[in-house]
Amino acid sequence: MSMRTGRTTRAGQYLALTGYLVFLAFPFVWLISTAFKPARELGSLHPTWIPEHPTLDNFRQAFDEQPLLQAAGNSLLAAVSAGVICVLIATPMAYVMARHRGRLSAAATGWVVISQAFPFVLLIIPLFLILKNLHLINSLAGLIMVYVVWSLPFALWMLVGYVRAVPAELEEAASVDGAGRLRTLVSVTAPLLAPGIVATALFAFITAWNEFFFALVLLKTPEKQTLPVVLTHFIGAEGAADLGPLAAAAFLATLPSLLLFAFIQRRITGGMLAGAVKS
Amino acid sequence: MRAFTRAAAAAATVLTLLLAGCSGGGSDGTDADGTVHLRFQSLAWQTESVKANRELVAEWNAAHPGIQVDYVQGSWDSVHDQLLTSFEGGEAPDIIHDASDDLADFAYGGYLADLSALLPGRLTQDIPAASWSTTTFDGGVYGVPFLQEPKVLIANTKILKASGVRIPTAGHPWSWEEFRQVTKELTGKGRYGVAWPLKEPVSVTLNLGLSTGGQLFHRGEDGKVDLRFGEGDSVVPRTIHDQVTVDHSAARTALGMGGSDTLPGFFGGKYAMVPLGFAYRQQVVEQAPEGFEWSVLPAPAGSDGTAQGVSPQTLSVAEDSPHKKEAVEFIDFLLDPPNMVRLAKGDWMLPTGTEALADPALHTEDLGWATGTAIAQGLRPAPAQSVRGYPEWKDKVATPALQEYYSGTIGLDELTDRLVDDGNRVLARYQR
Repeated sequence: MSMRTGRTTRAGQYLALTGYLVFLAFPFVWLISTAFKPARELGSLHPTWIPEHPTLDNFRQAFDEQPLLQAAGNSLLAAVSAGVICVLIATPMAYVMARHRGRLSAAATGWVVISQAFPFVLLIIPLFLILKNLHLINSLAGLIMVYVVWSLPFALWMLVGYVRAVPAELEEAASVDGAGRLRTLVSVTAPLLAPGIVATALFAFITAWNEFFFALVLLKTPEKQTLPVVLTHFIGAEGAADLGPLAAAAFLATLPSLLLFAFIQRRITGGMLAGAVKS
Repeated sequence: MRAFTRAAAAAATVLTLLLAGCSGGGSDGTDADGTVHLRFQSLAWQTESVKANRELVAEWNAAHPGIQVDYVQGSWDSVHDQLLTSFEGGEAPDIIHDASDDLADFAYGGYLADLSALLPGRLTQDIPAASWSTTTFDGGVYGVPFLQEPKVLIANTKILKASGVRIPTAGHPWSWEEFRQVTKELTGKGRYGVAWPLKEPVSVTLNLGLSTGGQLFHRGEDGKVDLRFGEGDSVVPRTIHDQVTVDHSAARTALGMGGSDTLPGFFGGKYAMVPLGFAYRQQVVEQAPEGFEWSVLPAPAGSDGTAQGVSPQTLSVAEDSPHKKEAVEFIDFLLDPPNMVRLAKGDWMLPTGTEALADPALHTEDLGWATGTAIAQGLRPAPAQSVRGYPEWKDKVATPALQEYYSGTIGLDELTDRLVDDGNRVLARYQR
């Protein structure tokens, strides 16, 4: 490939990447713009990217009308708990599935794949009845259990891949050096697995943070409701919406995920590099 | 090793405490001191509406220490699925806010209480029989209809006056033919006479079709329903079709829009009129540019005058509620005429109750209230809302057929064939 062709290809790649980033960023930028627009600008035939008369009224109205902070607290509790519990359960399971390949492991993998095929509308009523019998309706504990179960198959799938990426030879070497099974896992495998564990926890967190239907159905009282449920309170019949406050509340709802990603992305990269050096 | 064990034990303890701490308790709705607790799930969503509902609940609670109502916020977007799951699980709210066209399946499913023996005479007599018929299924009354929303034409007053066309009133509305002529006159210079937001074309078409004697759904003596498309059924769809594809006086792009989507074009002078629900006035008030002049006109009239179909908002009581009597007492309080007026104003809709409808606050010319109350007499139950199989017919047959017809892809004959032939096949499955 000539140098000129290489440059053209690279320019094309950058152009495609820029286009993709713009495509991805558009809804979020538009959301921010809408959140700061007064009602009259929302109805303009010629919408602007930057609000002509930016206002915080939408935020004020959103907080006045709905218990956003309380809902955010509930969402945070549910999402963090789901992420932590999911990882605690999935990590040893994934290790076993990755390291001890046999019929049981293959069956477990098959079940993970199949379990992803069930639409949750099929599950919701039996699930509701089970949780009712356990007195876990209108309870964040019940919701967290559902989120863990819901995220677990995919989390397991992710972690199995990460475990397989850790060379078994490292564990064997630690064993030769006299480390016991648990010591090997804690001191050798776990650090290399850390980025995968963090990524999996993040996946479970985001899944729970954004989830709407289970929370809608399982939580009854306003004090327990999560952020996605409260956001729908800005939407009326036949698609009518209180657009300004809805955008303001939705913007606030996306912030924790964004911040978490921004923070953890560095950790994941750092963890991967650390793993590479060790192996 | 010890550190790992300690960390694991600590994590397990924290999780156990967390799960125990955020666990909710069950209740039959009665405290040890005998105080009854009712859950009222409201779908109010506009600022004034939520405020009115919350205030009324607070007033009730202050006046009735023995029957306390807990306000629960629901949402229109997901109410059907949420209620269905709650009913199946026996965890439904005691008092349920919904719309009459959503009640049939719940009523036939045995999830809602028959209120006919519980409702006070005052309320029964105050609400007209036509409204009661929207919540009456198989002889039982499964909800109290309390707010209704007719379709009106929201018009750019300056354009209308400058054109010199006759301005319609509730007493002397445009005929459908006159309406078509007017939209032609209002069209020109990058402007359409009307924009029909027809993302959901079925209810608009059927509801406005009542004004021209349209019925479409015919119930026989055996109780079975069949579809027939007569001359009266064709006037409204033909008018819209011709405005879009023949006269070009209606914006083709609006056919895929929801009501809110048309407002920027309306404010920008691109459309002279927009047929919208009465409650959209609130969005117009909030979003219209300074100095924008607008008015509320009655929808066109046909052989049956200004008749049009509506699906009122309703208050029902769950069959599983252990406190049905108390729930109905609360509904009676909520729908006391002055309170019904507060709810109506909060939602920018019309009350069903005759006493509330007569309130002077709803007869002011300001914001088109007078036009709305004047056409209230012509409001009828939306066609087919109690017909089983209607939702499937609407989604699978009527919506695509009407969308194709309005955009000019198919003609009236094919529209008729599909609505009737395909429709009757759908209904037959529900009426075996």
